[in-house]
Amino acid sequence: MSNLSRRKLITTGLAATAGASGLAVATSLAHRYGLIPPDHGGIYGAGETLTYASQRMLTCRSLAREFPRSQISKTPFANGRPPKDEVFRRLQEGAFAEWRLAVDGMVARPASFSLAELKSYPSRGQITHLACEEGWSFIAEWTGVPLFHVLNVVGILPQARYVVYSSIQRGWWDSVDMADALHSQTLVTYGMNGGELPVAHGGPIRLRVPRQLGYKSVKYITRLTVTDSLRGFGKGLGSAAPEAGYAWYAGI
Amino acid sequence: MADFAWVSSSASAVPAATATPRHSAVVRVTHWITTLCFLALLVSGVEIVISHPRFYWGETGNVLTPSLFELPIPASRSSVPTGYGFVLPDQNGWSRYLHFQAAWVAVFTGLLYTIYGLLTGHLRKNLLPHGADLAWRELSIVIANHLRFKPPGEAEAWSYNVLQRLTYLFVIFVLFPLVIWTGLAMSPAIASVFPATVTVFGGQQSARTIHFFVSVFLLFFVLVHVVMVCLAGFRSRMRAMITGRAGGHTEHS
Repeated sequence: MSNLSRRKLITTGLAATAGASGLAVATSLAHRYGLIPPDHGGIYGAGETLTYASQRMLTCRSLAREFPRSQISKTPFANGRPPKDEVFRRLQEGAFAEWRLAVDGMVARPASFSLAELKSYPSRGQITHLACEEGWSFIAEWTGVPLFHVLNVVGILPQARYVVYSSIQRGWWDSVDMADALHSQTLVTYGMNGGELPVAHGGPIRLRVPRQLGYKSVKYITRLTVTDSLRGFGKGLGSAAPEAGYAWYAGI
Repeated sequence: MADFAWVSSSASAVPAATATPRHSAVVRVTHWITTLCFLALLVSGVEIVISHPRFYWGETGNVLTPSLFELPIPASRSSVPTGYGFVLPDQNGWSRYLHFQAAWVAVFTGLLYTIYGLLTGHLRKNLLPHGADLAWRELSIVIANHLRFKPPGEAEAWSYNVLQRLTYLFVIFVLFPLVIWTGLAMSPAIASVFPATVTVFGGQQSARTIHFFVSVFLLFFVLVHVVMVCLAGFRSRMRAMITGRAGGHTEHS
């Protein structure tokens, strides 16, 4: 009996030590490779970190599924309402010729792009799925300039880790890590299904992040800020989503 | 082994502490962690469904497309036409956080249980039906006993009958993997790495619909499981799964 309990004690002790040191090593590795999401605190932090870290390791080379033209949804649903304020209305009346996308933060040459300038860059089209976290979805063809191209124009500094993007709609802002910011399918989108991007779908400019759920594809964006830390933005949780109770990372 | 245990304990010579436990510690602990995870996944899953209680088949579906079916419940989003004059509060944020956290715990618990079950022979000895029990004659007797609500015999306090074995194996090796798979198939990131996880179901909305039905199946299993525990003797079965001690005849000792 005492032999058995001593053996049990030793085994449990060894297992606990191995577990604790394994966890410590895993945490320090996760920090080094940027696998900890900004909303890692709180009671759901462990699950969120596991999801983000495991999906980031899996998705390092992945491309969002692209579909044939025949699968484009005939009825793409536009969630939410366009901005109603005077500023947006005046920009819309001027066919968004005055719309500017400012790029600042950790960049060599901060700049501000007009819609025409963005359209002069090499464009890319993709037919991808937009799935809302609520459960509905549609497929559309999106046209725009890859975000990495815009970032190359302004020259990001080596310490850049996130790109924060904000909407003309007050309270809407989000961020992506460099894996998504430099991803070939992440588009500064100005066209949809062969035409201009409709206002209902985020026109004139929406950032499309097709490997994440719809709420990461923020509409009406006016500003990109390159940064090495999300601490100074809002409550430091990475986007407006966690401040409203939603996860920053929306790959699932 | 099991036979020996209940024969000797019925002779009331063996104190419960030294008898082989009805359920090993690993089985008991993983059972209750899974129970907690299931409840968390159920509550959060219901909350997530409420935000869009419409189901579709294929890749896409939204309120502008015809649905496969709709749940006759109010929604937490005003964009969903439900026929109800009100909108429920949005609970999707914490529900999604909790859903995935509970899923992680359930997956780790399931892995621990499966590895333990394979290494110790628990799956083979306690869950794999004996060949003879699978004969239609034997099966029909067990099914008939269940349909007549015949109380289980002494031996069943120490060993699962063939229907239990088949059901538990189906839940552990068919429903659990399927619900995890269809859940992952809804993830745009996972679909980008393994497109086949989605295409095999015919699309992301099909995966969501199957996820819903598997969850309903699992809920049905849990309800029947609880009813059966009550019929077999709630106190003795609960004690067996909590403390490991079993056998109605040791109750008075």
